[in-house]
Amino acid sequence: MDKPTQISLPPKITVRDLNFYYGNFHALKNISLNIAEKQVTAFIGPSGCGKSTLLRVFNRMYELYPGQRAEGHVMLGDQDLLDRRQNVALVRARVGMVFQKPTPFPMTIYDNVAFGVKLYEKLNPADMDDRVEWALRKAALWDEVKDKLRASGTSLSGGQQQRLCIARGVAIKPEVLLLDEPCSALDPISTGKIEELIAELKSEITIAIVTHNMQQAARCSDFVAYMYLGDLIEFGATQQIFFKPARQETEDYITGRFG
Amino acid sequence: MSIALRDDIAARRFAARQRVNRIALTLALLAMVFGVFWLVWILWETLRLGLGGLALSTLTQMTPPPNEAGGLANAIFGSVVMVALATFVGAPIGVMAGVFLAEYGNIRGLAWLASLTRFVNDILLSAPSIVIGLFVYTLAVRTFHTFSAIAGALALALLVIPVVIRTTEDMLRLVPAAQREAAYALGAPKWKVILQITLRAARAGVITGILLAVARITGETAPLLFTALNNQFWSTDLGAPMANLPVTIFKFAMSPYENWQQLAWAGVFLITLAVLFLNIVARWIARERR
Repeated sequence: MDKPTQISLPPKITVRDLNFYYGNFHALKNISLNIAEKQVTAFIGPSGCGKSTLLRVFNRMYELYPGQRAEGHVMLGDQDLLDRRQNVALVRARVGMVFQKPTPFPMTIYDNVAFGVKLYEKLNPADMDDRVEWALRKAALWDEVKDKLRASGTSLSGGQQQRLCIARGVAIKPEVLLLDEPCSALDPISTGKIEELIAELKSEITIAIVTHNMQQAARCSDFVAYMYLGDLIEFGATQQIFFKPARQETEDYITGRFG
Repeated sequence: MSIALRDDIAARRFAARQRVNRIALTLALLAMVFGVFWLVWILWETLRLGLGGLALSTLTQMTPPPNEAGGLANAIFGSVVMVALATFVGAPIGVMAGVFLAEYGNIRGLAWLASLTRFVNDILLSAPSIVIGLFVYTLAVRTFHTFSAIAGALALALLVIPVVIRTTEDMLRLVPAAQREAAYALGAPKWKVILQITLRAARAGVITGILLAVARITGETAPLLFTALNNQFWSTDLGAPMANLPVTIFKFAMSPYENWQQLAWAGVFLITLAVLFLNIVARWIARERR
């Protein structure tokens, strides 16, 4: 795509001419798009198309690994996230992330949620209690764990663990939440709960989600980006992408005729 | 090919596979019986002769001269002191080095140091303990002109370190990368991720590794022979030769005196018991982890 798709809503993240490399492998090619504020943007495409890579640029996760590098601009508000002068910890405080597999820390449910908060704020015990409860309520997990906050986070079921990870991310009040295939390890009921959660969270948080599930993208997103082999093929409102995609490749993929 | 013929070939192949399976199973069973036979015999002899020489006086009295009553109190005390000292010195160094290899070893510019350390550590891990003993002998005993408990503990610590480095690195590597990433994704600094997430997740395995290292040095004789030597009397002086179980066993078992031989078996029994206990604790901790 030569020009970024125009979306009239105010953008939260603006990506301009983003290129990404794993060593010599060119994984993202001249990506430009806007992620609208307090909307859900879904990234779809076959495995290896670069959608997870793109998500991991938004919180500079790739920096953990030598040999991975990004070029271009990713603006959050008026600040360039890729600017080396940006404090990476503060970038990650503003842009939270939930992973494919639930990743509860080896500590209590309470401490799991408090872990991130303690990195940025000095709260007295009562305020911390309030924050933990607030985050767990946001993640629709409070009623299930309020009597066992001192139990180990790993003792929860897979779906509960994933909501715990969402609570942990929400607790530090990020502006953007990145979800990297958050439901691929969950059963349909847990998946339904996570999707309801996404619908509620978007009133306060901008959400970007990577998914392999077309129905999920159709159900819970406002905008869809279809990627293939590192290129952004098509980007637009969910309705438009699913009902009258402009590109033949997009239609082939969505209808399952692709490969 | 008719269906009957095809079935016939399939049946014959199945019979052949079953024959091979039975032969393999029998060989494996025989190997198992051969190994366990000697093991049970060793344990049985230790139990029989060790329990015979064991009495309350074994724990309370000093090592005696030939043909006089006595016990192993000074040797037990010396072993405990030196093993404890070696663990307190060796375990933290081993854990920290293991953390370096697992968590910092892939950083560009440090990778060569990590692979070098890993290589040297593997050599150290399989080095005969007598080599370590001789090394500490030249380093400490010859320099200060005296055998000493400190030198003994140093030699044992050098045996603890490689074991703990290896187990710590292996256990940290078992922690899923996703868990580290999740902590980094919250903006946590590296030291906090290591201390509060990965080391905590690997805690059971790391402790198990330390316990197995302790079990290993409890019975080491060669490194103590060159360093702590032995002592017939009660001594708490770390700068002087100190009694210890392995060397005492070595000396008493080789002697022609019957009471010494009996005490040697009692010592063997005590060491076996201690190592068995450490292994059981290690297994129990390893099972506790989720």
